[in-house]
Amino acid sequence: MEVLLDVKNLTTRFYTDEGVVHAVNGISYAMEAGETLGVVGESGCGKTVHALSIMRLIPSPPGKIDAGEVIFDDGRDLLKLSSGDMRLVRGAEIAMVFQDPMTSLNPVFTVGTQIVEALKIHFGMTDNEARERAGELLAMVGIPAAMQRLDDYPHQFSGGMRQRAMIAMALSCDPKLLIADEPTTALDVTIQAQIVDLVRRLQAQLGMAVMWITHDLGVVAELAKKINVMYAGYIIERGDVRSIYKRTRHPYTIGLLGSLPRLDEVPGTKLVSIPGLPPDLIDLPQGCPFYARCTYRKDQCLEEMPPLEPTDDEGHIVACWRWEHVAGRDA
Amino acid sequence: MSSGNGSLVSVRNLKKYFPVIRGTIIQRHVGDIKAVDDVSFDILKGETLGLVGETGCGKTTVGRTILRLYEPTAGEIIFEGTNLEEVVGGDLRRMRRKMQMIFQDPYASLNPRMTVGSIIAAPLEVHKVVSGKEKHDRVQELLQMVGLNPYFVNRYPHEFSGGQRQRIGIARALALNPDLIICDEPISSLDVSIQAQVVNLLEELQEQLGLTYLFIAHDLSMVRHISDRMAVMYLGKIVEITDRDEIYLNPLHPYTQALMSAVPIPDPDIIETRQRIILEGDIPNPSDPPVGCNFNTRCPVAVDICFKEEPAYLEIRAGHWTACHLVKPEGN
Ligand SMILES: Nc1ncnc2c1ncn2[C@@H]1O[C@H](COP(=O)(O)OP(=O)(O)OP(=O)(O)O)[C@@H](O)[C@H]1O
Ligand SMILES: Nc1ncnc2c1ncn2[C@@H]1O[C@H](COP(=O)(O)OP(=O)(O)OP(=O)(O)O)[C@@H](O)[C@H]1O
Ligand SMILES: [Mg+2]
Ligand SMILES: [Mg+2]
Repeated sequence: MEVLLDVKNLTTRFYTDEGVVHAVNGISYAMEAGETLGVVGESGCGKTVHALSIMRLIPSPPGKIDAGEVIFDDGRDLLKLSSGDMRLVRGAEIAMVFQDPMTSLNPVFTVGTQIVEALKIHFGMTDNEARERAGELLAMVGIPAAMQRLDDYPHQFSGGMRQRAMIAMALSCDPKLLIADEPTTALDVTIQAQIVDLVRRLQAQLGMAVMWITHDLGVVAELAKKINVMYAGYIIERGDVRSIYKRTRHPYTIGLLGSLPRLDEVPGTKLVSIPGLPPDLIDLPQGCPFYARCTYRKDQCLEEMPPLEPTDDEGHIVACWRWEHVAGRDA
Repeated sequence: MSSGNGSLVSVRNLKKYFPVIRGTIIQRHVGDIKAVDDVSFDILKGETLGLVGETGCGKTTVGRTILRLYEPTAGEIIFEGTNLEEVVGGDLRRMRRKMQMIFQDPYASLNPRMTVGSIIAAPLEVHKVVSGKEKHDRVQELLQMVGLNPYFVNRYPHEFSGGQRQRIGIARALALNPDLIICDEPISSLDVSIQAQVVNLLEELQEQLGLTYLFIAHDLSMVRHISDRMAVMYLGKIVEITDRDEIYLNPLHPYTQALMSAVPIPDPDIIETRQRIILEGDIPNPSDPPVGCNFNTRCPVAVDICFKEEPAYLEIRAGHWTACHLVKPEGN
């Protein structure tokens, strides 16, 4: 398979008055064309900052991409493009859908106008062509009476419809990669199921790659092929979705899965919570950032951050000195 | 939950309407949002009753009306045999002590200018139950009970994490030894690993203190985890109520079936074999609900009668109630 996105040693920090926030700490991974990647981890672990870094949308100051390469498609390093060239990549080749569609839809323009403008800029369509296409896009994302709804303002749409409209806008330019940052977190489960189903169908139809960012391990299990688990700005575990859930190797991922009640659980199941809190990214401890909360820890873990290394399953990598002990528990 | 338990709370035909007012100079009452529309259920002593449903279906309004933070539009709330409508003044205050609430947002629900100690002691002072040394001891005891270091008593809310703030809210709710705690989305704003900490705490406290919970949330898996029985709401009505296993294994109402099937299960094996029901459309506007069964705009199996008549709320088999024209009571 051909590599679409190759992230190498991406490092992003925020230089604030309180100190340097180590938001993304040298992460590396690759995505194939058409693949669905799930990026999971708890609040503040760097999921959004990592995506915004790829898009070159980090507010600066205080933010700064301090190191790394983001090789996209035919070999361009996005971090080295001029801002003009980067603007063309955004929207046309990589599109992003944000958690709260209200912040990314402009409340003073109709939904139709916003899609039409994007189409005119990117494809040089005429007004009529663009309006026709905008209607098609809204229909494609399942908005009934799409042609008429083009004249509605964002506040006239429900939360689920706004999220659909955002997806329609993101898709208007036929991107190679869609980055969806918590696109369903604010939505009810029945609407969430609609959106997940929609993205899955569109992906099959259009062949784009999708990066789905979420803290919900349930949703990505349904969508993703590969999973990156992040903690304190690091990827601490990565692998095929089945391997991550069935042959979990990082104590943090085990804790996350144990914290999550399952709809199909048997009565009397106790949740296994992770004690304590994630570390302060301004004052990251030496060694493994999960040390303070880890039940598998050894002195060695205090000294050095473990590198990502292969586990006993193909394509499954983990950053833990103790992963073999962890593996022992499912034997 | 043993079947011999009596009811702590009985809710009968409860309605709570919010008026819709139009016009600025001449205000007209143009309609009502039927936030809670003829709801009946019991909360049994010592159980956790889960209340689930989508945004705006009326869960919070049910909770607040039980606590009489909202005046009901109609219906009755009977707490330990006493009709709350008939108690006034000092008696109402005494009844209220027995019912407490924990809120969704641990940030907004704690006064930022008060220390943790004074936040937790406030209900003790308002109700003049203890003072001086005794009050101090009680606050220390409560902090310990919710897993906070008593040493934190003089700190302010902003010095705590979200999960710790929720613990402070729980300690405050426990201060007066309530019988019932209404937990309104108590963990929705917390991270997954912290949610589990708080839920485990709520379970331990229930066991120790014999508490009864009404647990309100969107997250069906979590509600099923903590509840003995579950009630499902849609547009101001309870459409189904039964125990936690029955509702998962044998949901009767088409809405419950869709809701259960929409919940993601973090297990690739199950995903491959699972049947999903994807509902179409959005939740209707509660000030203009559909005629007949209010689920008819999204129901995949609706027939003629569903657009004409509202279904009755019936006990289909022991302890399993639902309101659907297509589900008939067993054995007759
Ligand atoms: N503009 C900023 N200035 C300073 N720090 C920032 C800024 N933006 C993000 N950060 C910090 O970077 C870290 C990573 O944040 P990020 O938004 O990527 O987390 P996340 O994993 O997306 O979390 P969530 O699940 O809550 O969205 C956090 O500690 C955050 O406080
Ligand atoms: N004080 C109020 N005045 C007017 N309308 C209200 C008021 N409180 C709630 N409503 C309306 O009543 C309906 C039910 O609201 P409620 O807050 O009980 O829903 P909920 O099920 O708790 O939703 P959520 O899951 O979003 O918390 C909604 O349509 C809401 O807009
Ligand atoms: Mg984020
Ligand atoms: Mg609510």
